[in-house]
Amino acid sequence: MQIASKEVSATSLVKAALEKAKRCENYNIFISLNEEAALKKAQEIDEKIKKGENPGKLAGVPYALKDNFLSKDGNTTAASKILEPLKSPITATSVKKLEDEGAIMIGRVNMDAFAHGSSTENSYFGPTKNSKDEARVAGGSSGGSAVAVALDIVEFATGTDTGGSIRQPASFNGVYGFKPTYGAISRYGVVAMASSTDCVGFFAKSAEDIDLLMSIAAGQDPYDLTTLPNYYETSEVKDVKKVGIIKDFDVKGEIKEALEKEVEDLKAKGIEIVELEMPTLKYALAVYYIVVPAEISSNLSRYDGIRYGYRNKDAKSLDEVYGKSRSDGFMPENKRRIMIGNFVLSSGFYDAYYLKAQKARTLIIKEYEKAFSKCDFILSPVTPNPAFKLGEKTSDPVSMYLEDVMSVPINLAGLPSLAFPVSETKDGLSLGLQLIGPRRSDKSLLDFAERRLK
Amino acid sequence: MKDYEITIGIECHVQLATKTKLFSEVDNDAREKEPNSCVSPVDYALPGMLPRLNKEAVRMAVIAGHALNAKINLLSRFDRKHYYYPDLPKGYQISQLYQPIIGAGYVALPDGTKVRIEHAHMEEDAGKLSHFAGYSLVDLNRAGTPLIEIVSEPDIHSAAHARDYCKELWRIMTYAGVCFGDLYNGNMRFDVNISLAKPGEPLGTRAEIKNLNSFRSVERAVEYEYKRQSKLLDKGEKVVQETRGWSDDTGETTSQRSKEEAQDYRYMPEPDIPPIHLTEEFVEEMKVEMPKLPEDYREQFKGQIADDTLEILLDYQPLVEKLGETKDVKRVSNWFASVLLAEEKSAEYLNDLPSAKQLNDLAEMTEKAELSSTGAKEVFLKFFDPQMKNRDAREIAKELNVLQENDTGALEAIVDQVLNDPACAQAIADYKAGSEKVLGFLVGQVMKASKGKANPAAVQPILKEKLK
Repeated sequence: MQIASKEVSATSLVKAALEKAKRCENYNIFISLNEEAALKKAQEIDEKIKKGENPGKLAGVPYALKDNFLSKDGNTTAASKILEPLKSPITATSVKKLEDEGAIMIGRVNMDAFAHGSSTENSYFGPTKNSKDEARVAGGSSGGSAVAVALDIVEFATGTDTGGSIRQPASFNGVYGFKPTYGAISRYGVVAMASSTDCVGFFAKSAEDIDLLMSIAAGQDPYDLTTLPNYYETSEVKDVKKVGIIKDFDVKGEIKEALEKEVEDLKAKGIEIVELEMPTLKYALAVYYIVVPAEISSNLSRYDGIRYGYRNKDAKSLDEVYGKSRSDGFMPENKRRIMIGNFVLSSGFYDAYYLKAQKARTLIIKEYEKAFSKCDFILSPVTPNPAFKLGEKTSDPVSMYLEDVMSVPINLAGLPSLAFPVSETKDGLSLGLQLIGPRRSDKSLLDFAERRLK
Repeated sequence: MKDYEITIGIECHVQLATKTKLFSEVDNDAREKEPNSCVSPVDYALPGMLPRLNKEAVRMAVIAGHALNAKINLLSRFDRKHYYYPDLPKGYQISQLYQPIIGAGYVALPDGTKVRIEHAHMEEDAGKLSHFAGYSLVDLNRAGTPLIEIVSEPDIHSAAHARDYCKELWRIMTYAGVCFGDLYNGNMRFDVNISLAKPGEPLGTRAEIKNLNSFRSVERAVEYEYKRQSKLLDKGEKVVQETRGWSDDTGETTSQRSKEEAQDYRYMPEPDIPPIHLTEEFVEEMKVEMPKLPEDYREQFKGQIADDTLEILLDYQPLVEKLGETKDVKRVSNWFASVLLAEEKSAEYLNDLPSAKQLNDLAEMTEKAELSSTGAKEVFLKFFDPQMKNRDAREIAKELNVLQENDTGALEAIVDQVLNDPACAQAIADYKAGSEKVLGFLVGQVMKASKGKANPAAVQPILKEKLK
């Protein structure tokens, strides 16, 4: 990644990024640009460079911020109406770490509202278009992040991955997308979707760049009790000998060809391929769509029109303030998930749905543990199909959910996974695969991708 | 038919006296503070905010558990309890439903009975709403204050018993140092479940009276409910399972919410807070650090102080603590109970009690009859006088001129002076004629002549001797 120096100024990098962002308006990537503050910060960094001070590991590197991160720069919308752009008094831990190293946020990017979705079509600000084909979806929920990197507007973008929201849009747009081990990066200051699966991660153009970002952003945070003790920098890079592939997934067409080709390449590099039977994974999607909506319904309770955000002006009673504000302020997909969540948590159904799903989740975790006793990493498609057409699945939410079948089990188990680009379909659409590792194998995973998958 | 047996179970919310809130780092003591001045982004539920766990609150919960003679669970977890109300910014309260920190225990009451504790759990307090014509205001200062909710078994069977239980809980929690115990400011609140049934029959349907904040209102609400429910049952009607509110002004309970309207709290494990793991060592350590509880003082002062005096003093922990440091607990306890507590400013005085030495000296002087009981009280009160409070008992007695004359030589001189006074001639004659009564008059005269400093007990034998 291009870092500002005496030869290349931060100001020139930021200006170029902002210009590109404006040229790409038709893709509907940015919700808001951070022009003034970005240029000001670029100047400060150039000053530091001039004075010979340390400008940071990401000096002057322009990046895009998914609009569910809180920061004192700009207002957070989470691509929803109900936040009625929120001015935050605090900055997310992850954002602060990046900014402290000199990274410059040039704008906040589009997403599915509250990260609910797989296409960025559930945004209050309209869908983001695919970088390879404007008639197709960017993927989601971090669609804006993926397209901003794919179109070379920024060097990297932040994302959040609750069930595939980084890896799927990365693979739909031909970039690297990394979801770390659950707890690797602080969630403090990130609008919560599902607390037990939400992960902060990155989009970039190489595994090496992501390694740099991880070394900066990962680490224990007293403001997020679920963060893991620091391990990223200190973990050993392992010598990978065996890669597993999952027999249970029904992989077809060009994705199948891409997977087979990658397997041949790995074999040619002396990697042993292990076939894995993982029968419990077929329950993962059902488990996910119980556990995650339950947590969503809980985490989204705070948007009630009382203390901040949108409030319906015609409401005449407390119940109406709640009902009308939430009814207007949430997108249909938000409401759908809140209703599913409230249903599975309601008394009389809790044991049958939520509790059972948690038990199944434990089995899924064990299944991965078993798999990793047989191989170092698992290679898998990210999605069953490449990017679909805009509007193709909006009327059928379940078919949209089915697109997540290969990504959600990883979130339920809290594992790290890197989506990387492999090839294109004959229509020119991006094809990606993902490499999944055991918990805390993040560094090895990125190292393997950098050295062996290229 | 009126012979119903009343069965009562009580849930008590205790605000823990931590410096900061349960999940954020702002001031936990909002008394006398501007509304919404002790509120962090965590407390008002800014998106992206996550709870931190105040270790001090966990420590206090463990101490409270010990004070309740309860099992401390080495593994406990938080859960979310959902409902919509403007006093609850997140739309859920972080509580403990499935695995509370405090298990079964009991509270021993002064009358020797025990009320079993089912469990006690940690949770956060909600904010406070004030209602006005056409609008309501929210104050979130209290939102996020750490609470423990102590849930009793239905072991209570009268209004007085309910009152005594609440009072004993209040004493225990304040003695243990986990609660400021300011009931007026809501430091402790009681939800009282009441049902009636004929003896030997299964428990009746209960009504829950929410949010009582004084022992008196607990007692009155139970009395009222007994009457209300027994009237219904007498008429063959049914008691409705519901939540009722209490009004101190009307002295009545009124229906708030029936079971059918009850909220579904949609409990869910709290995913933002990992389970609390306590070590045996930590739990034991908290036991060692436990201050003395009312029951310990009862044991300590047994037989030395009248039960009713002790029960009065037990309402004031600093008094019994001080009492424990003194030698003559009988005298000192009487000064505390009948002199100090009778003072208008007694509440203030409790914060600045005399030293054990001052009290011991005073008791010793009284014992040796260097002071009359009246004189002793006068000196005792000066211990609270800002001008004199740090001075010795003897110094103060001298200053007040209340030291009694016990010196026989000096007393004899005064007695002689009185006996030679012509005004006493008639009395002397009467005494010699056999009237014992006039001796009192003569003692009085000696006292007068000594300006009150003579010890009457010492005067009498001298008089008798001289009149022989």
